Amino acid sequence: MAKIIMSRQDIRRTLARMAHEIVERNRSTESLVLIGMRTRGVPLAKRLAANIASFEKVEVPVGALDFSLYRDDLARLERQPMVKSTDVPVSIDGKTIVLVDDVLYTGRSTRAAMDALIDLGRPESIQLAVLIDRGHRELPIRSDYVGKNIPSSRHEDIRVRLEETDGADEVAIATRPSVEEVKP
Amino acid sequence: MTRPLLIKNGHLIDPARGLDETGSIFLADGRIAWVGGGKTPPTDYNIIDAGGLIVCAGFIDLHCHLREPGYEEKETIATGTRAAARGGFTTVCCMPNTDPPLDNQATIDYVKSTAASQGAVRVLPIGTITKGGQGRELAEMAEMSEAGAVAFSDDGCWVDDSRLMRQAMEYSQAFNRPVISHCQDAALSEDGQMNEGITATRLGLRGIPAAAEEIAVARDIALAELSGCRLHIAHISTASSVELIRRAKDRGIRISCEVTPHHLTLTEERVMGYDTNAKINPPLRTAGDINALINGLNDGVIDIIATDHAPHTENDKLCEFALAPFGMSGLETALGSLMGLVHDGKLPLGLLISKLTTAPAGIIGPDFGRLGTLKEGAAADITIINPDHEWTVDASQFASKGRNTPLAASHLKGRVMATIYNGKLAYKDASIKAGEAND
Amino acid sequence: MRITPKDEVRPVAGAESQEQPPVWRHRHILDLDDFSAAEIGLVMETSDAMMEILSRPIKKVPTLRGKTIVTLFYEPSTRTRSSFEMAAKNLSADVVNLNAQVSSSVKGECLTDALATLEALGADMVIMRHPMSGAPYVAARRIEASMINAGDGWHAHPTQALLDLYTIRQHKTSLKGLKVVIVGDIKHSRVARSNIWGLTKMGADVTVCCPYTLLPFGLEDTRGIFPEVTVTPDIERALEGADVVMALRLQKERQQSGLLPSIREYARYYQLTEARLAEAKADAIVLHPGPVNEDIEIASGVAHGPQSVINRQVTNGVAVRMALLYLLSGSKRL
Repeated sequence: MAKIIMSRQDIRRTLARMAHEIVERNRSTESLVLIGMRTRGVPLAKRLAANIASFEKVEVPVGALDFSLYRDDLARLERQPMVKSTDVPVSIDGKTIVLVDDVLYTGRSTRAAMDALIDLGRPESIQLAVLIDRGHRELPIRSDYVGKNIPSSRHEDIRVRLEETDGADEVAIATRPSVEEVKP
Repeated sequence: MTRPLLIKNGHLIDPARGLDETGSIFLADGRIAWVGGGKTPPTDYNIIDAGGLIVCAGFIDLHCHLREPGYEEKETIATGTRAAARGGFTTVCCMPNTDPPLDNQATIDYVKSTAASQGAVRVLPIGTITKGGQGRELAEMAEMSEAGAVAFSDDGCWVDDSRLMRQAMEYSQAFNRPVISHCQDAALSEDGQMNEGITATRLGLRGIPAAAEEIAVARDIALAELSGCRLHIAHISTASSVELIRRAKDRGIRISCEVTPHHLTLTEERVMGYDTNAKINPPLRTAGDINALINGLNDGVIDIIATDHAPHTENDKLCEFALAPFGMSGLETALGSLMGLVHDGKLPLGLLISKLTTAPAGIIGPDFGRLGTLKEGAAADITIINPDHEWTVDASQFASKGRNTPLAASHLKGRVMATIYNGKLAYKDASIKAGEAND
Repeated sequence: MRITPKDEVRPVAGAESQEQPPVWRHRHILDLDDFSAAEIGLVMETSDAMMEILSRPIKKVPTLRGKTIVTLFYEPSTRTRSSFEMAAKNLSADVVNLNAQVSSSVKGECLTDALATLEALGADMVIMRHPMSGAPYVAARRIEASMINAGDGWHAHPTQALLDLYTIRQHKTSLKGLKVVIVGDIKHSRVARSNIWGLTKMGADVTVCCPYTLLPFGLEDTRGIFPEVTVTPDIERALEGADVVMALRLQKERQQSGLLPSIREYARYYQLTEARLAEAKADAIVLHPGPVNEDIEIASGVAHGPQSVINRQVTNGVAVRMALLYLLSGSKRL
């Protein structure tokens, strides 16, 4: 059973607010670079940049980061994640980087993404923007900009769907059947 | 004294005398005392119930490798003859490419005496044609013949010097022993690993063309005609070899030839995956060759079936394909493989039995006993077969030291259930009932 | 005219779907005969990501930290070995280089001993080069590690073929329907065999061109055992309308073994020259697996000319091998 917790409208308003927060906190957009974590962080970063462009009239550079090669759980996965190219159009040296992801959970992806980012250069600072923060951190990592905090249980799945990747905008929460229930 | 043995209720088949009926057979003093029914044996004998089974003369293998002396890690006369017994063979002719090679009277004597004390079945050694099997000078064939060599062969190599081969063929006629030729032109087959064909191309292995065999067959036919020698061509493997021999026989040239069970049943595609156990010389060929070989058996161009049992150790075969030795362990799977042809309707059962009994006995000749028949007075060598027994090849259970078979885990239908050599049980499956009379 | 690789204009980060990658079934890479087109496609896409890493100032990612990769070479090869070594090190693996020799006097012991050493080293992956066809298959059956065939006898050189496919794909958007001509010693070439598998699986039409003594047996009747190719001994006809031309290295010993009357005569009739290349399409590219015998199988003007992509093959080789090491590292031990 899935429950919709964010609609298309909710996502649109939330991203507009987050864009304002990013500009407000950094005062200027001059050294700002938005980098989306593949896969869904990339369209989110683009939408944040579009929001900033609409009220600040500046084009903030947007990049895409694939952190598969930095994951700490490769040996545990059933199959290797598909590696896509990292594409960051500008040098990140001395820049303020906003990493963008859809869901912040254990923090391990963020750790891998930061390692991947630092291999590309030496940014002035790294901030983290996420659409959903669902808790259960396993590393000392926190988000700087949060769309929505959703307290969740480990037995629940948070599913973010976006127009660009999934054909629709919505966030849903679903309870994963426990192991006992799956057994016949 | 061996107790006499009565084999009762068997399906007796002897192509030599057209026998094909249910009945009993009585063995005494190393001979077949009588065949048929109605007679009562004297007291004090053993009895085997062969109900539902085929009873025929013991098989004769004109071509096997027992590896002793010199390669006892691969096989010994003791283990090789036990493998023979399991395969239904009561007479095996062993090739002389041992170390030292069987190229003189002393080594022939050695094999005969070892076989007499340790062998489970009759061993008839084959001597070399040339000293050391080196293809340069004739070996002392007359002396070896007197010591008991059944034939002469440089098996493993072709005698590529045509003059020397002619001389061998001429010289051997004085004592009437066949010369067996391993037909393969080494210049053409050099370093070849498998049949030359698309499978070799795919695997990137150097091929042995069919022509390498056919060139050698053609030359040896010409020399047989020239010399009048009794030539026997070993393990033919190609369709054109069958045709060459057919034409030679039509012209009345005195030649015979053999084919192995594996060349009748397996194709070159067995080598896919680089299975070194399918590395055999001559190489496994194509389905077209198999058809021609089966036709050759049926119309009499191919005289006999011989195993070319070539045992090797596991380590010998556990290596790069090009470094692995040629050959497969064949005695214990021969009948099961061949019965597949019978079940598929490609070979009549009686013909198969004759190719394993009467026909090879004819090539060996009468000097080594009355072999290969169920006639009264013939050697008490009997093989008992269940033609429908289905089994899975488990090389680890072989009596042979050589577990090198591409047939491992294959399902075969037809199996030897008991083998009697010289009136005594040499092998018996647990399912066969044997006991003393009046028990 | 200079050939511009299509990927120099890289696509901007854009719409991506959440599609699952094609299932990667391989625990070993022994040849391309058991690869599907989708799997080859996965290698190509993963190689794109690795190319991006190679463009960075620091060409290193931590992916294979703690993994031991052994290169076991029974034949000297500076190029292939250093390409693999660099790929492994870029992924942070520990690399051990072993040299070995084949000795027929000790039969299989040599390989057996080497495999025991690999097990003792705890190798996770083994990259093997061997002068005898099939040796990596024997090894793969006997050890726990993943085996990568870096060339075995005349049989296969799958990583070379994949880098050739990748190089072609860089310049021609799709491999489908391309006319690819392989000129030279096909019979003894593992590069040719693996390329024929890879190219035909991707839908290219392959023509092989060589004197008949250097043609492998049976290509006129492949019986489904080997891919179908067009065969011609006439190089002008072969090159007509070609999109891709691959010249193979000619070993000098082919003359000694009587397959060719002389290297001079071979060069006269089979060398890839500017004049002959003019028969191909104007935008045809020229590949060579290296090392090049200039002015024997290929004129130096062609090897260094505008249509040659030989130097790109070397860089691409590292990326493709990184991709393969990454993909294999996920395969579970049995």
